[in-house]
Amino acid sequence: MKKLIIALAASAALLGGFTSGAQAQEKKKVCFIYVGSRTDGGWTQAHDLGRQQLDKALGAKVETPFLENVPEGPDAERAIERMARSGCAMVFTTSFGFMDATVKVAAKFPDIKFEHATGFKAAPNLATYNSRFYEGRYIQGQIAAKMSKKGLAGYIASFPIPEVVMGINAFELGAKSVNPNFKLKVVWANTWFDPGKEADAAKALIDQGVDILTQHTDTTAPMQVAAERGILAFGQASDMIAAGPKTQLTAIVDTWGAYYIKRAQALLDGTWKSEQIWDGLKDGILTMAPYTNMPDDVKAMAEETEAKIKSGELHPFTGPINKQDGSAWLKAGEKAQDGVLLGMNFYIEGVDDKLPQ
Amino acid sequence: MRIELEKRPRVSLLFSVLSPLLALVLTLVFGAIMFWLLGKSPLNALYVYFVEPLLEVWSLHELAIKAAPLILIGVGLAVCYRSNNWNIGAEGQFTIGAIAGSILPVLYPQWHSWIILPLMLVMGMAGGALYAGIPALLKTRFNTNEILTSLMLVYIAQLFLDWLVRGPWRDPQGYNFPQTKSFQVEAVLPEMLASGRAHWAFVFAIVAAVALWFMMRFMLKGFEVSVLGQSERAGRFAGFSARRMVWFAMLLSGALAGLAGISEVSGSIGHVQPSISPGYGFTAIIVAFLGRLNPLGIVASGLVLALTYLGGEAAQLSIGISDKVSRVFQGLLLFFVLSCDTLIHYRIKLVFSDVRTVEAKG
Repeated sequence: MKKLIIALAASAALLGGFTSGAQAQEKKKVCFIYVGSRTDGGWTQAHDLGRQQLDKALGAKVETPFLENVPEGPDAERAIERMARSGCAMVFTTSFGFMDATVKVAAKFPDIKFEHATGFKAAPNLATYNSRFYEGRYIQGQIAAKMSKKGLAGYIASFPIPEVVMGINAFELGAKSVNPNFKLKVVWANTWFDPGKEADAAKALIDQGVDILTQHTDTTAPMQVAAERGILAFGQASDMIAAGPKTQLTAIVDTWGAYYIKRAQALLDGTWKSEQIWDGLKDGILTMAPYTNMPDDVKAMAEETEAKIKSGELHPFTGPINKQDGSAWLKAGEKAQDGVLLGMNFYIEGVDDKLPQ
Repeated sequence: MRIELEKRPRVSLLFSVLSPLLALVLTLVFGAIMFWLLGKSPLNALYVYFVEPLLEVWSLHELAIKAAPLILIGVGLAVCYRSNNWNIGAEGQFTIGAIAGSILPVLYPQWHSWIILPLMLVMGMAGGALYAGIPALLKTRFNTNEILTSLMLVYIAQLFLDWLVRGPWRDPQGYNFPQTKSFQVEAVLPEMLASGRAHWAFVFAIVAAVALWFMMRFMLKGFEVSVLGQSERAGRFAGFSARRMVWFAMLLSGALAGLAGISEVSGSIGHVQPSISPGYGFTAIIVAFLGRLNPLGIVASGLVLALTYLGGEAAQLSIGISDKVSRVFQGLLLFFVLSCDTLIHYRIKLVFSDVRTVEAKG
């Protein structure tokens, strides 16, 4: 019996050693760590689609292991360290809450390249990347103002961080460019990913009389509630048309694939540099899902706005813009600085909510 | 035909010792079958899952981090269960312990003194003990079922934590994320060795396990626990009070769960956030039974359960198996432990119902 166990253990060790050795020689490992499930229909799924595109494009030279459902906190630090130690040449950490864990592990492994999504802390081997989601939200706001009969939309928000506040403001700005009296109600779900809470938030907003719903959370639950109640909604992160074929107007689709391919290629070529990248519609890091369930004139307006943003003719945060209390923020024609947007912690005029402080 | 469990006249001593090992082997066998059905090489998968995390120093540190709360809570629960008190709410006592222990660093972030850490640990234990005192009070006063009350208090504790970190305790400079300020250096449980992240919680766990083992084995209190646990009436004849035992068992297990909570927050996380435990308080119940309610056995079973967490990650990364597999392993393990234990005390008997009706007629 004892001999058998030794033999088994030895053969297992051989097997394990052999496979990992063979992989290291041929391909570079580009690793991904996800906060949710890669089939969440939203944020994480969008990243995973990007990973699959990378796999398809550079599959001969890279492989793309991943860890999903990693909680933000001590487990994240261990998971990222495990990736670093398991031979990953590059690690994409795809949630804001992984920031401190990524910074700590990056400091320990200077030869490995790290890329953190939506964060603001960088290092020589730690780049950050983000997407100008607000461009898409401005378009959504315009559509909402055209489509809403009551001039009132509901916004399911996650955490009151600058990224989310910026999105709420961009939506309201877009809406006001069509209907100056447009109002926006906000519910804080205090989660990125919780179908139950998101659905509750959606119901609460609909009960308050909104007839358009948009969300900055990750699951399709709000879209499903909107479909059941017969109102219109916008998808988030992934095209959610399957959850609401008669409901979705459009969705901001995160198309990370091109970015992942670009950065992995830079790694292979040895030209990778730590950068802080903030790409937008024109770079293809986000795209608008097909404009559906709306009349042709609304669709034409949305397409025109999209084209103007891409060409740089239109910047959603262009003055005159007042803050929520009526005080002036941007003068006529003045454009918001990126730094101000990234630290945004105030509402603009027309948002019917008190920002949790 | 139906199946009945019939009590065995004699319980095999050999098999009651072997039972957890047998359960472990059965879990591995079924795990191998599961990997094979998933189209992975079973040997390689089991190697990645159960051996690889043990081969590197950093990973052993991570194992100690993960095992410490499981062992700390598990040994307390073992004493509690031995005395026939069923504290299911260790998760809640863990949470309240973490909150009570964090009061000082959250409210006095400018206080730099070595005394803060010992105070935090004591307050964490007191918080956990007090919280476990609620079901103890309800049981001794109103004869309520402590299984229900302690379990329900878990949800209250978690919602209270949630409210705290989203409201009064939220870090004003934290970009509005629901978490407190990071603790000052003096309030962080230090690491044991330079070679990895493992902190002193693991030492606490080992000390607690040895102390409770000594108590159960050599001290009158341990004898009192076993006697009252087996027969309250016999205990009364010996002059032991079952009511006082409820208090002792609940407060002890609560204090240890509270210590685990503040150690986790101070040593591993470094601030308070809405979710501080992946269910340690519940997993520790499995740990306690897998360790046969013996404090030293629980050290071993705590390490095994911790390994299933780490192995789950390793397997996901290198062979692409879903992270749900670690849950499957934990479930299999508990199932086999319980069924092995049952089969040591009982044997399965097939009863043919028609035989019995014939007998009844005759």
